[in-house]
Amino acid sequence: MNHQTLIAILLLSPLIGFLINGLRYKSTNYVIAGTVATLAVATSFVCAIMLFLGLVDAPVESRRLTADFFNWIAVDNFKINAGFVVDQISAIMILIITGVGSLIHLFSIGYMHHDKGVTKYFAYLNLFVFNMLILVLGDSLLTMFVGWEGVGLCSYLLIGFWFSDSAKAAAGMKAFITNRIGDGAFLLGMFILFMTFGTLNMYELNALAPTTVEASWLGAVTLGTLLLFVGATGKSAQIPLYVWLPDAMAGPTPVSALIHAATMVTAGVYMIIRLNPLFIAAPNTMMVIATIGAATAVLAATIGLTQYDIKKVLAYSTVSQLGYMFLAVGVGAFGAGMMHLMTHAFFKALMFLGSGSVIHGMHEEQDIRKMGGLKKYMPITHATFFMGWLAIIGFPLFSGFFSKDEILWKAFSSPRGHELFWVAGVIGAVLTAFYMTRLMALTFWGQSRVDKNVHPHESTALMTVPLIILAILSVVGGFVGVPHVIGQYLGHIPNFWEHWLEPVIKAIPANEMTAFHSENHEALEWSLMGTSVSLAMISALTAYMFYIVKPGASEKFKKLLGPIYNLVNNKYFVDEMYFAGIINPIIRQSKNLWQYVDVNFIDKMTYWTSDVVNGGGKVVRSFQTGNMQQYAMYIGVGLVIVLSFVLMR
Amino acid sequence: MQSSDILSTIGLEHYLVVSAILFAMGMAGVLMRRNLIVMMMSIELMLNAVNLSFVAFSKFNNNSEAQVMVFFVMTIAAAEAAVGLALAVAIFKRFKEVNIRFFEHLKG
Repeated sequence: MNHQTLIAILLLSPLIGFLINGLRYKSTNYVIAGTVATLAVATSFVCAIMLFLGLVDAPVESRRLTADFFNWIAVDNFKINAGFVVDQISAIMILIITGVGSLIHLFSIGYMHHDKGVTKYFAYLNLFVFNMLILVLGDSLLTMFVGWEGVGLCSYLLIGFWFSDSAKAAAGMKAFITNRIGDGAFLLGMFILFMTFGTLNMYELNALAPTTVEASWLGAVTLGTLLLFVGATGKSAQIPLYVWLPDAMAGPTPVSALIHAATMVTAGVYMIIRLNPLFIAAPNTMMVIATIGAATAVLAATIGLTQYDIKKVLAYSTVSQLGYMFLAVGVGAFGAGMMHLMTHAFFKALMFLGSGSVIHGMHEEQDIRKMGGLKKYMPITHATFFMGWLAIIGFPLFSGFFSKDEILWKAFSSPRGHELFWVAGVIGAVLTAFYMTRLMALTFWGQSRVDKNVHPHESTALMTVPLIILAILSVVGGFVGVPHVIGQYLGHIPNFWEHWLEPVIKAIPANEMTAFHSENHEALEWSLMGTSVSLAMISALTAYMFYIVKPGASEKFKKLLGPIYNLVNNKYFVDEMYFAGIINPIIRQSKNLWQYVDVNFIDKMTYWTSDVVNGGGKVVRSFQTGNMQQYAMYIGVGLVIVLSFVLMR
Repeated sequence: MQSSDILSTIGLEHYLVVSAILFAMGMAGVLMRRNLIVMMMSIELMLNAVNLSFVAFSKFNNNSEAQVMVFFVMTIAAAEAAVGLALAVAIFKRFKEVNIRFFEHLKG
């Protein structure tokens, strides 16, 4: 099969799955719905593997499979094809999307089988995969934007899936509206780039990107990339638009795993990596990205410390980890950002599915204060969650360790990096280790606080098998990109990841490199790594002390911190500030507009118009008597008037 | 010779004045009378007033084309009379009278 056919099947298979399930959405037969949807995504996964193998076989300089299906827009010299490209970056993305996606579909069959809307659910899920594939494969910003909006729609539909609960419906709307703000900026960014370069094709943009960096804040590239980044903060839940993601946990748990952890929220990171030559040309933008990323990583992690909802902890953890990815791309470590994207997709999908298994086994209980000691009842869930925990806290040789440490090292050593970024990253890692250990301790370890009426049970094989596969990936996933300093002691493992991505990642201009960057800093790298890892391990042990060894300690600590704890526990009152500063004033102004402008002017004008028409009609109607002789007289009088005009002239 | 004198002094204007008077009479009849038959007679009067002016123009301009026109008008008038009388008969059958006000029932 040639690659065009493969790309077509890859894209269309989830769409067909969506159509099949969408057209019979009232059915409650979860077996058919789940099988159709899972097969659709699995077919895509097979295509993705074949495309990936095709890329591997191809020589390095021709690793780009394109498929132009049709001419989408053609206005004068503005031409957009429905063109899709599989290259080194998008190949990894489609593998993650369809691979992790298949596992999550499989898990969903077990998780959603009692739900009445199960067919609708699978239809939405397939539609999401379709749109996500368009997002990552599209070769122009506009094609990407179609997928970008499509995944936003599916995210909205799935967050508000149980819309009869008004809080959940509101969470869906919040996600949608917050994303709109980012999307507006994304559009503006596209306009600026099109005005500057005359194209929206990403490969052409990358080729046209200026080789000299742009120092000004108001340069076209800086402004354009900044606006694109604002779009990314919406989709990828960064400061200031991160507020929707924790609320998005209202959706079914597999949705949180697929959309709000593994795939959709990484779209912003993916977009920046895709356009890396443009971003490199705008150091100011990169500085903003790295700063926002580092700030988000720390801020979200602190909020994660105080949450008691198992999914909320994971949600803030996701925001924090996405912050890491932005920190990475912001300092120019695009490969490390991409790698963290992948490992995070594995372990965070695993942990979300694990939490889904817990919630399922606990009969829809999400409060970790009412759990504890679940290890006994759910051995498989606990074991897999344990692997995810080791990966996310960066335990050496687990996947999260490699990607996170690569990011920290680059944050310190890259010409665009800074020591402060490294410090922020380490603080984030320490906090991550603490709240994840706390989550493990409160959920699985220690004394059981489970209600007497609830009997926790292990989930079925449909749910545990995806967990096991993801756990294996979380453990070994990092070995694709072992940094050189470690690899040389492990039997010279080459860094496959860097070799793979090298042709599509532009290096930071050589003139920014100082002597420091070109030297070999093996000792420094080891010591930084040692510092961050040991701090994280100490933090994890402290958490273990707090919640297992001395269960009362955390309460005392809470009292000690008092107001600060309160501030963090209330998520820094960010939602409240948005309401007070932005949303409520807008609502007030809208009310004013309604009560003054609309009632007094616009309404009055329409009434006036209707009065004129009505009155005119009344007058004209009186001529229409039905009396034939009157009509004849009108003809006669008209004739006299016309004739007198003609004759008098 | 007096009679030929009178004839020779009658010009186009005289014909036209007579035609206008006839036309006005016919029009007054159409507008004021309520009897359908009388109204139709008035319409005939108007048509013939027009015919008269046609013939007068034809004679005084030495052009016979206008006389052809008259034949057409007479044909139309005959057809119109046939239709009109049929209507009158229909109305009479229905209401035992041929007053024009019954046509107002046709108002939409």
